[in-house]
Amino acid sequence: MERRDSAMSEKPIHFHPDGQEALVELLFQLADDDFLLAYRGSEWLGLAPHIEEDIAFSSISQDTMGHAAMYYQLLEDLGCGSADELAHARPASARRNAVLLERVNGPGHYLREPRYDWAFTVVRHYFYTQAKRVRLESLTKSSYAPLAEVAAKIQVELHYHLLHWHTWFVQLTNAHLEARTRMTKAIQDVAADFAGVLTLGAKGADMVRWGLIDDEKVLTERTIAALAPAFAEVGLDWPMPFGMKHGNGRNGEHTPDLDEALATLSEVYRAVPHAIW
Amino acid sequence: MTNEEVWKALETVKDPEIHSISIVDLGMVEQIDVRDGAVSVSLLPTFLGCPALDIIRARVEEAVKQAGASAVTVEFLRHPPWTSDRISEAGRERLKQFGIAPPPRQMPSGAWQVACPYCGAERTVMENLFGPTACRSIFYCQQCKNPFEAMKPVLVSR
Repeated sequence: MERRDSAMSEKPIHFHPDGQEALVELLFQLADDDFLLAYRGSEWLGLAPHIEEDIAFSSISQDTMGHAAMYYQLLEDLGCGSADELAHARPASARRNAVLLERVNGPGHYLREPRYDWAFTVVRHYFYTQAKRVRLESLTKSSYAPLAEVAAKIQVELHYHLLHWHTWFVQLTNAHLEARTRMTKAIQDVAADFAGVLTLGAKGADMVRWGLIDDEKVLTERTIAALAPAFAEVGLDWPMPFGMKHGNGRNGEHTPDLDEALATLSEVYRAVPHAIW
Repeated sequence: MTNEEVWKALETVKDPEIHSISIVDLGMVEQIDVRDGAVSVSLLPTFLGCPALDIIRARVEEAVKQAGASAVTVEFLRHPPWTSDRISEAGRERLKQFGIAPPPRQMPSGAWQVACPYCGAERTVMENLFGPTACRSIFYCQQCKNPFEAMKPVLVSR
């Protein structure tokens, strides 16, 4: 049975077909960002600091994976291939996620002595969720109505992700001794790659031109304005400027961490490509 | 088949994770359409990452077919977003029967207070914003000393 829901939009689509290339590029960025971070989050299952966090974090990761699935579905509706294939079968060079989001959770391996870094995880998720909230707010006014609708839906769910990571960020940074030291180090580490999350890549100007999303400079300013109060709250200096230390993922530059992630997450898909999910 | 018969069939489809409440009471059914015995049902997903959506789809197809439809189409809509104030009055009572506090109707700035579904006391504390599913949180009642869950308020404008 045909199970697409793209025809359900009641709003007229004021979207110009010439903008499709920019739209597809934007959707890949949105989908791959959420997909990779949800995957890294899911690797914490069973390893989070306490059982309540294990429950909360896996819930957030599952929800984030649901957001990625919606973007992949929009790409499927545009004729870019099936959502499952787009999620599992694309090589690293075709991925558009920010490099920060593909980086491993810390030293060690999920199955063999995971020595994951909780401070890095909290800072990465908190920064990303703020940037994602700003991006979604802009996307609710996108000229491509199906994207605007999906953004509105994700926005209401994201409120809870943000509350969660903000709590961790403030509590750990305000704690004494080791926690504050590790959080300070993690903030530097995340800031060094955070520009990769904020950029819209080579087709960014086209995305703005076709009314798909606001300019990356505007989005960056809003994200900084959203993050700044938390830094005042914990009494830390602002970690500017943001960098792209490990490359620009929007241009297909990635680290070996992504190859490893893709090999693991697509193992079942590659073994039985025709399996029904 | 009449519209009424379809609604009746949909009332038998329960949330796979909260057995006391139907998808109708949850406010997930946005629209039904009956044409020459063929039925199409439009549903609103609660949370996008909810793994129960495919199960709900299959159960709707089965229930409406059993009620006499010649064909059933189930669609999940992206718009409008589902909100927790779509849960019916009866649905709110059924959630309590399952030990889950219904979502607060209005969310004052940030924090929200829920009454214990067992004893009704307002003296409750949130233990975890996220519960066993994305749409639920874990609370503790300081009056009757029971842990319980509450559905998160999900509203569009904040």
